[in-house]
Amino acid sequence: MTEAIREVNGNLVVTLTGEIDLDRAPAVRRQLLDCVKRQQDVLVDLSAVTYIDSSGIASLVEALQWAKRRGSDLRLVAVSPQALRVFELARLDKVFSIHPTIDAALAAAG
Amino acid sequence: MNAPAPEYLLELRFPAQANRMVLVRDIVRSAARFCGFDEPATQDIVLAVGEACQNVILHAYEGRGDGPILLDIMDSADRMILRVTDFGPAVAPTVVQPRALHDLRPGGLGTHFIHKLMDTADFTRSPTGVGNVLQMTKKKEPAK
Repeated sequence: MTEAIREVNGNLVVTLTGEIDLDRAPAVRRQLLDCVKRQQDVLVDLSAVTYIDSSGIASLVEALQWAKRRGSDLRLVAVSPQALRVFELARLDKVFSIHPTIDAALAAAG
Repeated sequence: MNAPAPEYLLELRFPAQANRMVLVRDIVRSAARFCGFDEPATQDIVLAVGEACQNVILHAYEGRGDGPILLDIMDSADRMILRVTDFGPAVAPTVVQPRALHDLRPGGLGTHFIHKLMDTADFTRSPTGVGNVLQMTKKKEPAK
C-alpha cells in the first residue's frame, strides 16, 4: 500500500491510513525516512489510522530522530483516537509535536 | 466466593507471519465485542494480542515464519482470558520484560503495552517443556 504524499507550503504531508503493524511498518518507515531525507519538514496525518502498534510507533520515532538530526522536524496531525491512545501508553504524546489540523501544524512551525 | 468458571470461546492456530495478523486482529476484535467489551476496551485487547503475537514472531521464532501460534480465548462473567502459545525455544525473560520507554526496540515497548492494557499478563514456559505461554486477562466492567 502506498501512502499519499503532497507538498503544502514547502512541507511534505504524508497521510497514513488503515492498520500499521509489523507487516506494514517497514514500508512506512522507508517512506518516512525518504521524506525526512529531503530535508523538508514532514507532517504525518494520522486521522485515518485505525490501528497502530509498537512497530508502527517505532517507525515514527526513528523518522523523528532522523529529522531532528538533519535540522528539520516531523510533526503529527489529526491523530486518531486509537493512535493517540498508543502514543499516550508509550508516553510519546509529549515527545511528538501533535496538532489538530494541517494549518495548526504549519502555524506551529513559525 | 469463587470466580465464575471460564467458558471456552475459540481456539485459533495460525502461522507466525506478520501478514496474517490483520486477520487475527479481526477475529479478536469480534471476540471482544462478543464478550461484551466496549470499543475502547476492545481496542486495548486487540492491541495486546497484536503485541503478544509480534513478540512471538520476532523473538520466539526469530522472524522465520515457520512456526505456529495458538490463541485460546475464554470468556467468563467477569473477564476475558486470552492465551498465546508458541513452540519456539525459551525466550529469555529479559526479552519480554518491559524496557525503559526511551529504548524503542519493538519487543520491550510491546510488552510495556501488554502490561498497561491488560489486568494480568503472565509469561511462562509451556507445561510440555516446548514453547512459551502468555496468559492475559481483561476484566469486564460491572453492569451499571
